[in-house]
Amino acid sequence: MSELAQYLGRNVRQYGIMIALVAIVLLFQVLTDGLLLVPNNVASLIQQNAYVMILAIGMVMVIVARHIDLSVGSVVAFVGGVTAILMNSYEVPWLLAVVVALALGAVIGAWQGFWVAYVGIPAFIVTLAGMLIFRGLAIVLVGTTVAGLPRGFIRISNGSVPNVLGFVANLDVVTLLIGAVAVAGLVVGQVRSRLAKRRHDLAVEPLAAFVGRLVVAGALIAFVTYLLSRSAGGTPIVLVIVGVLVVAYSFVMNRTVFGRHVYAVGGNLQAAVLSGINTRRVDFLVFVNMGLLAALAGVVTTSRAGAGVASAGTLYELDAIAAAFIGGTAVSGGVGRISGAIVGALIMGVLNMGLSIMAVESAWQQVIKGLVLLVAVAFDLVSKRRGVR
Amino acid sequence: MATQPPILQMRRITKTFPGVRALTDVDLTVRRGEVHAVVGENGAGKSTLMNVLSGVHPHGSYTGEILLDGEPCAFRSIRDSEQRGIVIIHQELALSPYLSVAENIFLGNERMRGGVIDWNATNSEAARLIARVGLDAEPDDKIVDLGVGRQQLVEIAKALSKEVRLLILDEPTAALNDEDSAHLLGLMRQLREQGITMILISHKLNEIAAIADSVTVLRDGATIQTLDLHDEAHPVTEEQVIRLMVGRDLENRYPDRTPAVGEEVLRIEDWTVHHPVDTERVVVDHASLDVRRGEVVGLAGLMGAGRTELAMSVFGHAYGTGISGRLYVAGREVRATTVEEAIRHGLAYASEDRKRYGLNLIQDITTNITAANLRALARHGVVDRYRETSVAERFRRNLRIKTPTVQTVVGQLSGGNQQKVALAKWIYTEPEVLILDEPTRGIDVGAKYEIYQVINELAAAGKGVLVISSELSELLGICDRVFAMSQGRITGVVPRAEASQERLMHLMTMDREGVSR
Repeated sequence: MSELAQYLGRNVRQYGIMIALVAIVLLFQVLTDGLLLVPNNVASLIQQNAYVMILAIGMVMVIVARHIDLSVGSVVAFVGGVTAILMNSYEVPWLLAVVVALALGAVIGAWQGFWVAYVGIPAFIVTLAGMLIFRGLAIVLVGTTVAGLPRGFIRISNGSVPNVLGFVANLDVVTLLIGAVAVAGLVVGQVRSRLAKRRHDLAVEPLAAFVGRLVVAGALIAFVTYLLSRSAGGTPIVLVIVGVLVVAYSFVMNRTVFGRHVYAVGGNLQAAVLSGINTRRVDFLVFVNMGLLAALAGVVTTSRAGAGVASAGTLYELDAIAAAFIGGTAVSGGVGRISGAIVGALIMGVLNMGLSIMAVESAWQQVIKGLVLLVAVAFDLVSKRRGVR
Repeated sequence: MATQPPILQMRRITKTFPGVRALTDVDLTVRRGEVHAVVGENGAGKSTLMNVLSGVHPHGSYTGEILLDGEPCAFRSIRDSEQRGIVIIHQELALSPYLSVAENIFLGNERMRGGVIDWNATNSEAARLIARVGLDAEPDDKIVDLGVGRQQLVEIAKALSKEVRLLILDEPTAALNDEDSAHLLGLMRQLREQGITMILISHKLNEIAAIADSVTVLRDGATIQTLDLHDEAHPVTEEQVIRLMVGRDLENRYPDRTPAVGEEVLRIEDWTVHHPVDTERVVVDHASLDVRRGEVVGLAGLMGAGRTELAMSVFGHAYGTGISGRLYVAGREVRATTVEEAIRHGLAYASEDRKRYGLNLIQDITTNITAANLRALARHGVVDRYRETSVAERFRRNLRIKTPTVQTVVGQLSGGNQQKVALAKWIYTEPEVLILDEPTRGIDVGAKYEIYQVINELAAAGKGVLVISSELSELLGICDRVFAMSQGRITGVVPRAEASQERLMHLMTMDREGVSR
């Protein structure tokens, strides 16, 4: 037991963030008289905050590589506007418009990555410029709003996975199936990884912590699945998109040479250079990727709004940065996890949702979100300071 | 000296950190006006003891008492201890690079008149202090433009501005060349004559023999013994101090080895390098050298001679501009303009500053060891974590890296073990030639011996090893041949049998005119 306590003590940050999320959910569940976890609210919580999660994934990578990206909100508006105009004025099929949007995002990322990686201008400056440039371009192109978008496109952020399997006692079977696959994937993946680690004599977390973590995570997924299966639509399509992204990017960051190079560049740039790592290429690709994800967030936001809006995405960069930091990404680079940022994004989302249900003014919502960010990072630094002598 | 009353007595100091007892009942008595050396292996508790003394660890966080001039002290911060005249100069200098010498000297202690800085007083007093420490700089020179040696003198001037009575110097010469070290030791003698007491923490025993009046040996957080270096009846030898430090006899500081020298594996010809910013300046000037398989070759030179610059420019142009010359690895001419290419062609370079240029301190041992050759462990860009771990485990065993697991974060290891991780990283790239820049800097005697063993094993495996070192005794101890550099030129090569410190120093101090190409 003391071994378990010690382990938890050492990993207080990792578990702390999960506990904080659960605590915040419970708090708002009480404060909103149970409205927070009404099935339809859970579905719209996910739909309204998908953009933060998508952006946070890219932002973690940018921050781990010791950069920052302030332009993502403007890129969301610009790419969203272009997509809307393509579909509305040029009648481009929506799927093709999405592909063009993603390609455009990658090009924007390459543009910014070029200045950061190959010219050596600090990312803060480059993306501050980008923030102005792309917001301006969005306004030039869109004016204020371009409405009238195809139904298929609107469905991305407002629709659900079609209920082709019917209901079992008012529960959507497709959603139940997705949830079951997610839980099974989690358990099988974690157990296999643990067994493999044991086989190779690698340190594993204490069994109690492992089981506890699996049970809690599995129960959370099951609970969310249950709520969603009772919601009007079932599983939101964006949830599937985000889920795929989380799995894919976690794999990239933990298991691939590229992901390891991102951590190496962020941990000690000079050492990475002298280890033969092409650090400029790493920096460049991190920004290309951020542009791609910002474009996806632009598609999702535009779809959700049902229109290209010139002022869309305002302050999104700060939501994404906050999510990354709340999720334990180190301010100085080199440390950060995709899963952490997703939890950070969920905390922000629950705050948004809960405070909105309680009809707290948006001004006060900002105050509260600001304080949460500050406390989360302060907690991080204090617990780290206690860890070292 | 023994007749002088003590200025400082630390009694039964015990300091624990969560899970570790760093100091156990440590006693230290320093007499007024002496230079008192404190020695011990890394982790023996020297720095912790000095942090207790200077108030970094505040009163109450340790047990035991500190008496200054017989009065008990309870320092709660560095400010408290400085007010009593205790000033510590840390190994990593605490100067602000873009401020001037004068501003740094009075940083936190500004000369003021009516609430604003009195620049006349600042600069004139700074000039006086600069002269007192023999610093060759002006009060308004920027710190960033001075070398480490001169920066060290600025630190001392800063200490003097605070009316220092007890000056603590933590490894003051670790980063200095022999010339600057000699100057610093001279200055310490001068300060002693002026009545300033000094505590000197150092790994360099010859330095201690040259300047200290007494020496206290710490081991595993405890005081082992204090020796009087002026005791005619019982003269203290270096071997005796080493024995006390490591707790065992260290018969030979350098492991034995029978060289089996094969064909040439590295040849550098006519290598010229220009400064990366000041592109007119020649940093390495038509240098040529060669290393054969199974051979350990030394590269000696004073600071600024261009040793590191030569090595890094060879290593994929990691330093310098306007690089010209020819490079041969294993008999084939090689053009390597990026580090990646250099590694591919069988070169490896372990930096002199492992924390800044060698290791990712926030990641674990495994990640650091495989960082330069990750692709060898990957298929389709996906790393095989289990094979990676077994690689790390192999190096942990072979290089005797002392750590609970290979998943330990490198920043938590001692200097010697960090150096082993840095070496492991380069050995894993399976190079033909390893260039090791100051491979034993800042690590203790026992760990040094182990590093030498690793070097010997590499040579025995048919690698060529080029060792850059500022410690001539080390080069003489482990190398088959030693090249000397001065002012960017190779000034000579001396085989082991003919080598002596004097001969090398002569070559290292040769000026441009004396060198024939």
